[in-house]
Amino acid sequence: MKKKGNEGLWFVVLGLFSLAGGICFGLVAAFQFLYPDFIQALPFFKSRPLHVSMVVAWIFSTAAGGIYYYVPRYSNLQWRFRGLIKLHFAFFLVTGLLILAAYVSGKFGGREYWEFPPVLAIPIFVSWIFFGVNYFITLRKKTGPWPVYMWMWGTGIVFFFLTLSEAYLWIFPHFTENIIREITIQWKAYGALVGSWNMMVYGTAIFLMTKISGNEDLAKSKMAFGLFLLGFTNLLFGWAHHTYFVPSAPWIRHFAYLVSMTELFILGKIIWDWRSTLSSYQKHQHLFAYRFLFASEIWIFLNLALALAISIPAINIFTHGTHITVAHSMGSTIGINTMILMASVYFIIRELMPAKEGFNGDKTTSVGFWITQISLAVFWFALLGAGIVKGSNSNQAFASVMSDAEPYLFTFACAGFFLMIGLLTLIYSALRRLLG
Amino acid sequence: MCAIGVIYSVVAYTSGTATPLPIVHDADVASGQRLFRENNCVACHQFYGLGGYMGPDLTNVISVEGKGSDYARVFIEFGTQKMPNFQFTQTEVDQLVKFLEFVDAHGKYTPENYNFSWYGAYEEKGQ
Repeated sequence: MKKKGNEGLWFVVLGLFSLAGGICFGLVAAFQFLYPDFIQALPFFKSRPLHVSMVVAWIFSTAAGGIYYYVPRYSNLQWRFRGLIKLHFAFFLVTGLLILAAYVSGKFGGREYWEFPPVLAIPIFVSWIFFGVNYFITLRKKTGPWPVYMWMWGTGIVFFFLTLSEAYLWIFPHFTENIIREITIQWKAYGALVGSWNMMVYGTAIFLMTKISGNEDLAKSKMAFGLFLLGFTNLLFGWAHHTYFVPSAPWIRHFAYLVSMTELFILGKIIWDWRSTLSSYQKHQHLFAYRFLFASEIWIFLNLALALAISIPAINIFTHGTHITVAHSMGSTIGINTMILMASVYFIIRELMPAKEGFNGDKTTSVGFWITQISLAVFWFALLGAGIVKGSNSNQAFASVMSDAEPYLFTFACAGFFLMIGLLTLIYSALRRLLG
Repeated sequence: MCAIGVIYSVVAYTSGTATPLPIVHDADVASGQRLFRENNCVACHQFYGLGGYMGPDLTNVISVEGKGSDYARVFIEFGTQKMPNFQFTQTEVDQLVKFLEFVDAHGKYTPENYNFSWYGAYEEKGQ
């Protein structure tokens, strides 16, 4: 590994391996949707959590790795406790392996997305304390106001800890003895949890934009802080479309609807800035990091438009519980989070490469990039198609609806195969340089 | 803003999610709930549309016309072409059915009669 002593790269490499595993398990799960007997040793109820957990690990590991890597290089501050970074990594790796072992052996006990036995959440909490303590004690010494991405990283770290704690309140009878309460807390906490990792990922996007453009004002303007506050409000209150159907108090749904609609402002800003975004792309398209950021911008537009649409209760009534929700979650995870984190990975690689110019013209990475984008578009629209079929036939028997949706699900699985090829190419290209 | 967030959470987790009538959560229901988690049933099934989409939503499998406790029992006991046979004992099957009855008692998943409001929300008639 290049640049010994930078522990941030350990997290990045671990993240890339996690993504490779996550997409392979994802492909298995996608084909099991059509052919339940496909790889019987690893049935769907095991392959799905393996897929989800490894993709979540990719997001956390690469986002944390980027923060560990960038802070000492761009803020003139050295990490206060290097040992805590190593401990964070050790806890993350060992806990991750234990979670994978639990899934493969069929030892569950948690809830959706965190299906592992709850005891394994303890080392995750502890490792996050290491991360938070190190981050805030180190950055306390920074002179001058923090740029917005430092606030976003800090907010992401604190709120991941808080929302994960919230997500585990279900172990108390007050929540488990009332299914409405249990489901409400689960989805409120999960919405905020995703909001907290988005804070770290979007903070990374703003950091990269700032460095690529050389314009520090991007991270210090009133607009940047305004958008940060908007994101923070949505982190706290915006979990609308998940729970419209849950018979909780009507004010919860109305308030969540109101908050989620504030994101219209972000959608408007993307449209407003489109011309300058495009001219900026033409200027920086030779940089892979920028290409990924540009791709993420398009995926943000599509997924935000979808999220806003399904947050309108009158539309949500037809889309809830269908594959349109899957398109929303997978589109955001792959199209937005993965593109931004790939930008971070390739930004780091370019810094480490001795011959930077040569890397800009790398054909393998370019091919991987385009296979990923095209197959993701097919994948996303196929899920929308399957969702429309399910939503418009909700009165039919489940088996009959699924049979009608099969051509879309088959397209989704085939696109998933090409998506796997595209992402594995990008991962190979990155690992070859990081480990070479 | 954080303080507002905490107050909001507390209200949401108490009065905001209170059920009109107490619903019995006895030892059998608790065991069924644990079995549901330990076998990762949510990977394929949903409550209120939340969960995996490999199998059907189970919120009202007990009360929906043409289904019911016995219907659910058969699926749990023997599995289907898509659902593995988890080799549950008779006691475990009973506990899982009790848990599904407990979930069902909390309310209906899909609203049947509703009106749309001018701002895009909907309200069930009679609410």
